[in-house]
Order: sequence, then structure tokens, then C-alpha cells
Amino acid sequence: MLASRALSLVGKRAISTSVCLRGGHGVAKVEEHTLPAYFDRRENPLPDICYVQSLSPEQKSLKEKEKGTWAALSNEEKIALYRISFNQSYAEMNQGSSEWKTVIGAALFFFGFTGLIVLWQRKYVYGPVPHTFDPEYKQKELQRMLDMRMNPVQGLSSQWDYENKQWKK
Amino acid sequence: MSLPKPMMRGMLAKHMRIHLPLAFAVSFGAALVLKYTVTEPRKKAYAEFYKNYDSVAEFNRMREAGVFESVRPTGK
Repeated sequence: MLASRALSLVGKRAISTSVCLRGGHGVAKVEEHTLPAYFDRRENPLPDICYVQSLSPEQKSLKEKEKGTWAALSNEEKIALYRISFNQSYAEMNQGSSEWKTVIGAALFFFGFTGLIVLWQRKYVYGPVPHTFDPEYKQKELQRMLDMRMNPVQGLSSQWDYENKQWKK
Repeated sequence: MSLPKPMMRGMLAKHMRIHLPLAFAVSFGAALVLKYTVTEPRKKAYAEFYKNYDSVAEFNRMREAGVFESVRPTGK
């Protein structure tokens, strides 16, 4: 009873740093990452908490002034109040950066590096290719494909001139 | 300090008004292009090939070349 009354006096943020003892057991410390967070997102116009949590004295007095009529606020004060609640404006949030150049450059660099690794591998790691890659063997393969009229309509055999035994011009 | 009121609603409808007919037009256009550059020539090529196709003569030529295992070339 006493502890819960003490808890209501303590501010919301301070819960994370104090431990409430009730019935001899300790209540778990509230981790900061479990509390509502602030983030700038285009699709989330009103984040859960204000950006500035601990106000300086000038900001506190500004918040008091905000409770009155807003016509009395100057433009700088309105902007200061905005900056208390939000980190980046939509314009600042949405502006593009040149980061894509770095990303593309790094990706291409690693492509090249991988190519070098593959070349080295081909030279020093792999054994010889099978005998079926020899040019004579490949010629025999091609002759066999032409003999059996492979793809005769639009493919391989359609490009071969069977009378003159050469490729069609 | 008074900006124009931003667009609050109807963004999807505005987007769809342009892009939905455009999507249909591009899809149909692509299909027509494919039809007249790929499928029609292919159908014609097959029709030409089979118009005067003598399958028995072709078989005998293949047989002489020695690609079959069921029939050896004549003369063996």
C-alpha cells in the first residue's frame, strides 16, 4: 500500500531505475527498451513519446506558456516547442542522401573481389576438366547432334546446310 | 507561417486513376508485341517445316548417319 503510493509519486521515467518491493518479492526492473520509444517514421506521424524527455528550465517555462493562448507564442517559440516534441521534421526526414552511391560502389567492389577469388580457385584448386571438353570430342558431339536432326525447325539443325555440309549463311 | 494544407486522403485513388489503366495498357501492349514478334513467326516456321516433310526419308537419312541403336545403317 505504501509502496504503491510511493510509486505514484515517482515519475513515469523513474520507474525504470527504481525497484518496488512488495510482499517480500522484487518487481522486475523495467528495461528501457521495453518502454515506448521515439522514432522518426513517415507513416507514424505522432510517435508514442516526445523527443525530449528531460526538459531544461527554459523548456519547462515554455511548456507552461504553452498552456495559455497559443496566439501569444512567437514563431521561434512555436519552433522550439516543435523541436521538443519531434526530432526531425518531415522535410528533413524525407530528404534523400548520397548513401546509395556508397552502397552500389561497395557491392560492385565485392563482386570484383569475389571474381578474383573465383579466378584463383579455378587456377589453384580445381583439377582438370573431363576429356569430353576436348575440341575433337566436341566436334563429334556436334556432328551427332546434326545427324539426329536436333531442333530442326528453329534451332540447331535448322541452321545447318545438309547438302553442302556447312552452316547456312 | 501558414503552409497550404497537405493532401490528407484519396492518395491511393489518385494513384490508381493513372496507373491502373496504364498497367493494363502496358500488359496488353507487351502481350501483343510478344504475339507478333515471337508466337506468329514460330507458328509459321513450324507450318513451313511440316508442309513438305517426308518423315520416312528423314528417318533413312538419320539411319545412314548411324544414330540409331535399333536399326543399323544399310549395308551392315
